[in-house]
Amino acid sequence: MDNKIDMELIKPVLDEYGEVKGSLITILQQTQEIYGYLPKEAIEYIAQRTGIEISEIMGVATFYTQFRLTPVGKYLIMLCQGTACHVNSSELILQTIKDELGIDDGETTEDGLFSLKCVACLGCCSLSPVMMINENAYGSLTPDKTKTILRQLREAQ
Amino acid sequence: MRIVVGQGSCGIAAGAEKVRQALIKEGFTAPELTIAGCIGMCYLEPIVDIYDDNGDVKRLVKVSEMDAPKIAEYIRTGNIGLISDLLVSEEDAQFLKKQTRIALRRCGIINPEELADYEKADGYSALKKAVTEMTPEEVIEVIKTSGLAGRGGAGFPTWFKWNAARQAEGDEKYLICNADEGDPGAFMDRAVIESDPHNLIEGMLIGAYAIGAQNAVVYVRAEYPLAIKRLKRAIKQATEAGYLGSNIFGSDFSCNMTIKAGAGAFVCGEETALIESLEGHRGMPRLKPPFPAQSGFWRKPSNINNVETFANVGWIINNGGEAFAAMGTEGSKGTKVFAVTGKIKRSGLVEIPMGKTLRDVIFDIGGGIKDGKEFKAVQMGGPSGGCIPAELIDTVIDYKALGATGAIMGSGGMVVMDEGTCMVNMAKFFLDFTAKESCGKCVPCRIGTTRMLEILKRITDGNGKEGDIELLEELCYGIKDGSLCGLGQTAPNPVLTTIRYFRDEYEAHINSKNCPAGECSELIEYYIVPEKCKGCTLCARNCPVDAISGSVKTVHKIDTEKCIKCKKCYQSCKFDAIIKR
Ligand SMILES: Cc1cc2nc3c(=O)[nH]c(=O)nc-3n(C[C@H](O)[C@H](O)[C@H](O)COP(=O)(O)O)c2cc1C
Ligand code: SF4
Ligand code: SF4
Ligand code: SF4
Ligand code: FES
Ligand code: FES
Repeated sequence: MDNKIDMELIKPVLDEYGEVKGSLITILQQTQEIYGYLPKEAIEYIAQRTGIEISEIMGVATFYTQFRLTPVGKYLIMLCQGTACHVNSSELILQTIKDELGIDDGETTEDGLFSLKCVACLGCCSLSPVMMINENAYGSLTPDKTKTILRQLREAQ
Repeated sequence: MRIVVGQGSCGIAAGAEKVRQALIKEGFTAPELTIAGCIGMCYLEPIVDIYDDNGDVKRLVKVSEMDAPKIAEYIRTGNIGLISDLLVSEEDAQFLKKQTRIALRRCGIINPEELADYEKADGYSALKKAVTEMTPEEVIEVIKTSGLAGRGGAGFPTWFKWNAARQAEGDEKYLICNADEGDPGAFMDRAVIESDPHNLIEGMLIGAYAIGAQNAVVYVRAEYPLAIKRLKRAIKQATEAGYLGSNIFGSDFSCNMTIKAGAGAFVCGEETALIESLEGHRGMPRLKPPFPAQSGFWRKPSNINNVETFANVGWIINNGGEAFAAMGTEGSKGTKVFAVTGKIKRSGLVEIPMGKTLRDVIFDIGGGIKDGKEFKAVQMGGPSGGCIPAELIDTVIDYKALGATGAIMGSGGMVVMDEGTCMVNMAKFFLDFTAKESCGKCVPCRIGTTRMLEILKRITDGNGKEGDIELLEELCYGIKDGSLCGLGQTAPNPVLTTIRYFRDEYEAHINSKNCPAGECSELIEYYIVPEKCKGCTLCARNCPVDAISGSVKTVHKIDTEKCIKCKKCYQSCKFDAIIKR
């Protein structure tokens, strides 16, 4: 992981939204899109440009489950634990992913390839259980199918 | 000839984009090859519709990329035999034929990325009629006649809210669309935005005209990237075509529209929390009054409606309030969309007139329970709603009748459960959800849900104590009374309804340490029935902890001391030799 945070990258975001009131969440979303998470340096920079207190920014960043304060893997697995998926045994898929990757909800594999995050509903409930990996949804999961998907991604490296 | 591939995010997850790519390889290109959103027959995705020049359609279902050459050959030769195995069956076609579609009327039919498609399908004619032929008061009057009530959950009369915002003092007003769709298991709003985004824009503009708003905002759930993309595109198209912006249809009415993506917090579906979030804060509900109609977004008069509510508006303006009110019951007018999922055979989107029964939706349209199991209950209204048991299957779809069961109409999520679903575990699932999602402002909601979760956990772990049910009930009423917003006020509903209808199941967990549905892993053990085991070794190979012993063609045995109850053997045995007991 590159430790140097290039602040130039979010300048345009702040040029566009820095002075528009009510834009903090949008700014944080775009920052996260750029870095994959919310680096401390970026939060400080956002505070400086918007005039919003760091404590308030942190308050917002920790309130919403979308925001992350640590880097995530190349592939972010969002596993649905919504009602429809729950009824169709998403627990088993969670167990499969944990076994296969050796990580828990909220963790990242040591090689930095996969991160796992349980979410509430991806809106593809009729294909439950469902997971989304970097904006691609995979439905009607079984333990075997899940393993195959993960192994294919790993082998594609 | 036209080939239409259904491309909602669920269709894509089922493989629709691969199918489209394969058709491109066969030499098809736009405009013959095009896309649509979701028709709502989710259980049959990917779906490809082939229109001939007379407009007749052949609907192909469960299409895979491997079928592309066959389809191409059929189109060249007209030999229907080539695709007969893909054609939708008469029985499946009934899934749609039995519905009455208003909010979904264009979904899965038009291309959601093309404004021209929308215009051809009557698009923006209702907006034109409203702003050029009607006063805002007349628009509100038509909505009043229609009986349209909010589809976001509470079912509040739409005209009343519009009128309050219209009457409110102030030049600057906001119209907000709630597309947060927080109920996990519901996806009607996503389908509408992905499949017919201009319909939402049109409905919102009519609402903005009625209340006198110059600014409209859509708050969309972050988990819906495709919906956000299509809506952005539609807003751009509508702005370029002059439907959005200044002096719409040459009138004095001007309105712009923006999108804000949510950031993953269920409570932000509550309207005042949503406003806080729109302003860039933590999504904590505000005290009411003042209501948003008086003091909402940036403390200006604001009106918030749900996606489906707006999706009906254009139709009502074009067809008249009476036509909408002609459908439904005394207290619930028009149609309602349900996202039917869970243990159901035909899972998808169902829009039917109010007044039909749950049986109509689950059995007649949905085909009943899959895998030959028994219907046990249906959960409506998500974490704010309740479980309706099998014996109330003839309940009429009507705000009051559903409310009387202890559940609610909700936004339209219907999660169907079979005999294998444990109701105590279900209640625990919802409490786990609300305890995590509580914003923490009120003590009863924050601490109370956590306490309830602890009790439900111990019951499902086999450590339930006598008096736990009564303790749960007591906490339920305390939370209901002591919570500021709807999240806390309704969080106990899943527990109250499951206690009301499935008390015996709670008692079995507590008194006999038994889970009748066989779901709570602490209370069951896996067992191989010797008479049924063929000795295929599959289970033993799947067991992650080597708890299964036995050699080829001999009866296998599970060591319950070692078993971690991962369920893998149970799911893998092809001879149903493994049971839970
Ligand atoms: C905790 C909570 C979550 C809610 N989530 C949603 C939601 O996801 N979508 C929605 O339209 N309404 C939701 N509502 C209802 C809204 O507060 C509001 O009543 C609704 O958006 C109004 O629109 P309508 O009158 O068109 O239904 C929620 C309410 C509560 C208390
Ligand atoms: S009831 Fe719960 S979610 Fe609502 S304001 Fe109170 S603590 Fe927050
Ligand atoms: S999978 Fe079933 S049949 Fe095969 S050894 Fe195991 S219990 Fe016996
Ligand atoms: S439930 Fe899991 S751990 Fe137990 S015997 Fe079956 S496969 Fe092995
Ligand atoms: S409940 Fe899992 S996608 Fe909706
Ligand atoms: S296929 Fe898209 S809503 Fe189901």
